[in-house]
Amino acid sequence: MASAVSAIFILDLKGKVLISRNYRGDIPMSAVEKFLPLVLEAEDDGLAPAPCFTDDGINYLYIRHNNLFLLAISRKNSNATTVMLFLHTIAEVLTEYFKELEEESIRDNFVIIYELLDEMMDFGYPQTTESKILQEYITQDAYKLEAQVRPPMAVTNAVSWRSEGIRYRKNEVFLDVVESVNLLVNANGNVLRSEILGAIKMKVFLSGMPELRLGLNDKVMFESTGRSPTKGKSIEMEDVKFHQCVRLSKFENDRTISFIPPDGEFDLMTYRLNTQVKPLIWVEALVENYTGSRCEYLIRAKAQFKRRSSANNVEIHIPVPDDADTPKFRSGIGSVQYVPEKSCVVWKIKQFQGGKEFSLRAHFGLPSVKNLEDSDKRPPISIKFEIPYFTTSGIQVRYLKIQERSGYAALPWVRYITQNGDYQMRMPDSIKSSKMTPI
Amino acid sequence: MSDAKFFQRGKIHELRLELNSDKKDKNHTRKKATLKKIVANMTMGNDMSSLYPDVIACMAIPVLEVKKMVYLFLINYAKGKPEMALEAIPTFRRDVEDPNPMIRALAIRTMGYIHVDKVTTCLIQPLRHCMRDQDPYVRKTAAVCVAKLFLQDRHLVENAGFIELLRDMLVDSNPSVVANAVAALTEISERSDHIQLKLNMAIASKLVTALNECSEWGQTYILESLMFVVPQEPGDAEMLAERIAPRLQHANSAVVLTAVKVIVYLMNYMSKDEDIANMCKKLSPPLVTLLSSGPEVQYVGLRNILLVVQKHPDILKNDIKIFFCKYNDPIYVKMAKLEIMFRLASEHNVEQVLSELKEYATEIDVDFVRKAVRSIGRLAVKIESTAQKCVEALLELIQTKVNYVVQESIVVIKDIFRKYPNQYESIIGLLCENLDNLDEPEAKAAMIWIIGQYADRIENSDELLEDFLFTFLEETVEVQLALLTATVKLFIKRPTAGQELVPRVLKWATEEVDNPDLRDRGYIYWRLLSTDVAAAKAVVLSEKPHISTETDNMDPVLLEELLMHIASLSAIYHKAPTTFIPHCKPRFLIPSPTLRRQNYGPGRLIHQDSYEHLYSNNGEDEFDATAKQPHHQRLSYHEQSFEQVAEASIGNQQYYEQKINAENPYRTDTTAASANKGGGVDLMSFDL
Repeated sequence: MASAVSAIFILDLKGKVLISRNYRGDIPMSAVEKFLPLVLEAEDDGLAPAPCFTDDGINYLYIRHNNLFLLAISRKNSNATTVMLFLHTIAEVLTEYFKELEEESIRDNFVIIYELLDEMMDFGYPQTTESKILQEYITQDAYKLEAQVRPPMAVTNAVSWRSEGIRYRKNEVFLDVVESVNLLVNANGNVLRSEILGAIKMKVFLSGMPELRLGLNDKVMFESTGRSPTKGKSIEMEDVKFHQCVRLSKFENDRTISFIPPDGEFDLMTYRLNTQVKPLIWVEALVENYTGSRCEYLIRAKAQFKRRSSANNVEIHIPVPDDADTPKFRSGIGSVQYVPEKSCVVWKIKQFQGGKEFSLRAHFGLPSVKNLEDSDKRPPISIKFEIPYFTTSGIQVRYLKIQERSGYAALPWVRYITQNGDYQMRMPDSIKSSKMTPI
Repeated sequence: MSDAKFFQRGKIHELRLELNSDKKDKNHTRKKATLKKIVANMTMGNDMSSLYPDVIACMAIPVLEVKKMVYLFLINYAKGKPEMALEAIPTFRRDVEDPNPMIRALAIRTMGYIHVDKVTTCLIQPLRHCMRDQDPYVRKTAAVCVAKLFLQDRHLVENAGFIELLRDMLVDSNPSVVANAVAALTEISERSDHIQLKLNMAIASKLVTALNECSEWGQTYILESLMFVVPQEPGDAEMLAERIAPRLQHANSAVVLTAVKVIVYLMNYMSKDEDIANMCKKLSPPLVTLLSSGPEVQYVGLRNILLVVQKHPDILKNDIKIFFCKYNDPIYVKMAKLEIMFRLASEHNVEQVLSELKEYATEIDVDFVRKAVRSIGRLAVKIESTAQKCVEALLELIQTKVNYVVQESIVVIKDIFRKYPNQYESIIGLLCENLDNLDEPEAKAAMIWIIGQYADRIENSDELLEDFLFTFLEETVEVQLALLTATVKLFIKRPTAGQELVPRVLKWATEEVDNPDLRDRGYIYWRLLSTDVAAAKAVVLSEKPHISTETDNMDPVLLEELLMHIASLSAIYHKAPTTFIPHCKPRFLIPSPTLRRQNYGPGRLIHQDSYEHLYSNNGEDEFDATAKQPHHQRLSYHEQSFEQVAEASIGNQQYYEQKINAENPYRTDTTAASANKGGGVDLMSFDL
C-alpha cells in the first residue's frame, strides 16, 4: 500500500551499479545482482520482461533511460505507479541538472547525485522533485555554512513549484498549443482509432507570484455558465489533465483554469479527444510481390485538410522486405530514400499543401531464394508531419489573464500547431496476381 | 567540473594521509577532494569503513557539502561499525539545534538512517522537538523519521508518545507536513500488530482539504490513507468521492490511479446504483488517458483496468478500440491489452475484435501470436453468434502451416467442439492433415481428444490413434491420459476397430507407467469394460458438462481484495499481497451500516462463498478424475486463469486463517496492549 521503496539503483546495461542509495536497509544491496539475470532469463524464456516483477520476496521495478536502468527494489506492496513515475522523475531531474543522463555524467556528478537522492526521497517516500526548486538549494557551488543555504519556502509551501522573488524586466508568457494526432488504420483502410492528444505548453517569464486564468472555448464551460461562444465553435474535451499548479477543485466547480505558474517551461495541461474528422494525411499502398524476383509499390498520399494550410516536413515511412535490393523510385514530389538498415523507404515532402495528392512508385529486386527463417513481419506505414497555425480540434485560447500584486502588464503570446502522434496505417496484403505497369 | 577523476582505486593509508595532512587547505578544498575520492571509492564498492575516525573528524568543517559527504559515509558504514556512529553523536547533538532548519533536518534525517541503538536513543529527544519545530521543512522530515524509528524499534515509538505527536501533525497548517505524517501513520499502521489507522469523516474531510495544497507525491499519501475511512452514514461515501474526483484530472498518473482506487473503494459504501453509475462515468476518461503515458505506466494502467472492468463492466464498455495493439507497443503492453480486449468483447464489437485478432495472429512475436490465436478460440466460446467466423479464422490460420499457430489453433478448436457439438465436425479432415506437425503435448492431447470424440466419424480414426500410440510410453502424462481415453472411446464406438488397441493401451497404462492417475484410470476402464460394457458406455460417452468462458472470471473474493490495492504491485501481479509479501496485513471491506451487499453469488455470505469455492474446485477435479479425462473435460486453455483460481483459493484460505487468528484488526488487542503497557488500556488503537 504505502509507496515506500527500499533502495534505488542506477545501472548500466550490463547490470553494473553506477550509483545507488539504500533508504531502508531491509533488503541486502546485493539483491541488485539478481536483477539483470532475472530480466535476461525472462527474455530467454520468450517472456517479455514486464516493468516490474517479484522474486524471492523482493519486488523489482525498473525503467530504461538511454543506456541505463533505473531500478527500485521493495519488500512491500508498493504503489507501483508512484514508483515508476518517480524513476522517470529522477531521470528528468538529473537530465535537467546535467543535460544528459548517462554513465559519464553520473561519474562526473556523483556527489550531487547523492545529495539529490537524499533530498528527493526520504525513507523510500518521494519528497521534493521539482528540479527548479531543487536547483535553488542543491548546487555545485560549495556553500560555507555561515553563508547559510536554507530550504526554499517552496519545498513545503502550498505553492511547491515556484519561489518568491523572481524578477523579469519584460513580463511575457508564451503559449504553445500542440496537438498530436494518433491514428490507427487497418489493412483494409478502415480507421480503427483516431484521437487527438493536445498539450498546452507554457514558457513563463513573469515576475513575482502572478495569478493566471486561462480561457478556452470549452463546451462544458459554456454550457455550465449558460453562455454561448461569441464566435466559432466550442470543443468537447474527453479528458483533461493539469499540471499540479492548477486548482483542480476550481476546475471541477466552474471549469475555470486558474493557477500560479512555475517559472520557465512546463506543460500546463494535456487533453484528449476522439475525432471523427478525416485523417489529415491519408496514404494508400498497393503492393505487388513477385516472390523470388521483385516487388512493386504504388503509394498515394493525400492531404485531407483545407487548402490554405500546409503540412511541413512530411515523412512517409514505407516498410519493405528485409532482403529487398536495387531500389528504383519515381515520385511526383519530394525526395525518396531507401534505408536498408530499417528496411523501409522514406518519402520526404517539405511542404504538402492541403487538398493535394501525390504518388510514388517504387520497385525492388528480391533474391531468388527466400530465406524461410525470415518470418513476415509487417510493420505499418508511419507518417510524420507538422501543420502550423492549425488545430484539428478547433481549440482556441480565448484569453490569458495575468494578475500580480505589483500590477505590471504582461503580454501573452499564442501559437498553434498540429503534428503526428502515433500515426500508423497497416500495410495491406500484397497482391500477387494483378498487373501493375513496371517503371 | 568533472568529478570522474575521483573514480580511481584509492589506498586507504594514502587517503588517510591526505585527510590528515597539515598542509594549508584554503576553503577546505583539499579535504573536500579527498572526501570525494572516498565517496567515489564507496560508490565503486570498495570498503572505506576503516577510515571512519578520520572522516568523522571532518564533521566539524563548516562546509555543507563536506557535512553531507560525511553523513553519507555514516549511513553507509555505521551499521557495521556501531562504535563509529557513537563518535558522531556529539556533532549530531549540535546539529539538531543548529539555527539553520536545513542542518536540523539533515541531522535528524541522517540519524534516522543509522540503525545503531545508541544513536536511536539519542534521537528520541531531538526528534520530539523537531516534530514541533517552527520550520515545516524540519517537521516534515521529523514525521518520516518516526516511521524510520518504528522500523527499528516499534515499542519505543509506541511507548514514547510519537504516535500521538504524529496524529497531531495531521492537522498541521502545512500541507507537506500533513502528507508526510499521513504516510508515516499509514506505514506504522500496516506494520503494527495493534495500531490500526482508522479515520473518521471529520479528519478525512480535513485531509481532503489538504489534498488541494500539497505536492503530487503528498497527494498520493493522503489518498492512500483515505482507504482507512469506513463510511458509516448514508451520503458519506458519496460526498468523499465527489471531493476526491477532481484528482482524476491531475497530470501525475499515480495521483490519478490512487484516486481511482479510493473511489472504487468508496463505491462499496454507496447506496444508490445511480451514484455508482455516475462515478463510473467519471472514471472512464482518466483510465483511457493512462494509455497515453509511457509504456511502463501504460502497463500498470492496463493491469488495473482489467480489474476495474471486472467489477464494473460499464466502465470502458464502449472504448474497446483504445485497447487495439499498435505495432510498436512493447510485448508486455500488447499481452495486457489482449486480455482486456477479450474481456470487453461483446455482440456489438466482436467483428472488430476478431479482425484485430486475425491481424495479431500474423505478427512475429510467438507469445503474442499464440495468445491471439487462443483469444480467437475463446471468443468463439464466449459469443455464440461469432463462433462460425472464429472457426473460419482458425482454419485460415491452420493453412499458414506455421507450426505453433497450428498447434495453438487445434487446442482451441477442441474447446469449440465441446461448446458446440455437432456443428463444426466438417473441419476435422483438415485438422487431420496436420497431425505430423504436432509436437506440443497440449496440442497433441487436444487432437487426440478430437479423434476419440469423433472416432465414429473419422474413417481411419483407428489408424490415427495407432500412429499416436506408437510413442505412448514416451509421451507426457497429459497425452497418455488423452490416448487412453480416446482409445476406449474408439472401442466403445467401433468395437472392431478398437479391439486390438484397447488391451494394449490398458496394459501399458496399468503396468508400464508410473503415474498413479494414469494407472487408476486404466484400471477403472478395464474393470468397467470387463464387467458391464453398457455401463462403460454410459460413463465414457456421457453428456459432458457445459463449458463457458466464465472460468476466466477472477474469483470474486480475490477481485475484491485486489481492487483495494489498485495501483500497487499486487494489482499488477493479480496476486493477493499476502501471497508475496511476508507478514502483511490482509485488507478487506470493513462492515458498516452502509456497506453494500457484495455480489459474490446468489444469497451467500462472503465467507461461505469462499469455502464453497474451495470445495467446488476440489470437487471438479475429483469428478473429472473418476469420470473421464480430467485434462480434457476441463477447459484447459487458459492455464493462467486456473492458476489464478488456485492461488485465489490458497490465498483465501490463508486469508481466513489470518482473519480468524487476527480476528478483527480493529479490535482492542487487550492482551498485547496490556503486556506492553502493563495497564490494559489500548492507547494505540485510535479513532481519529
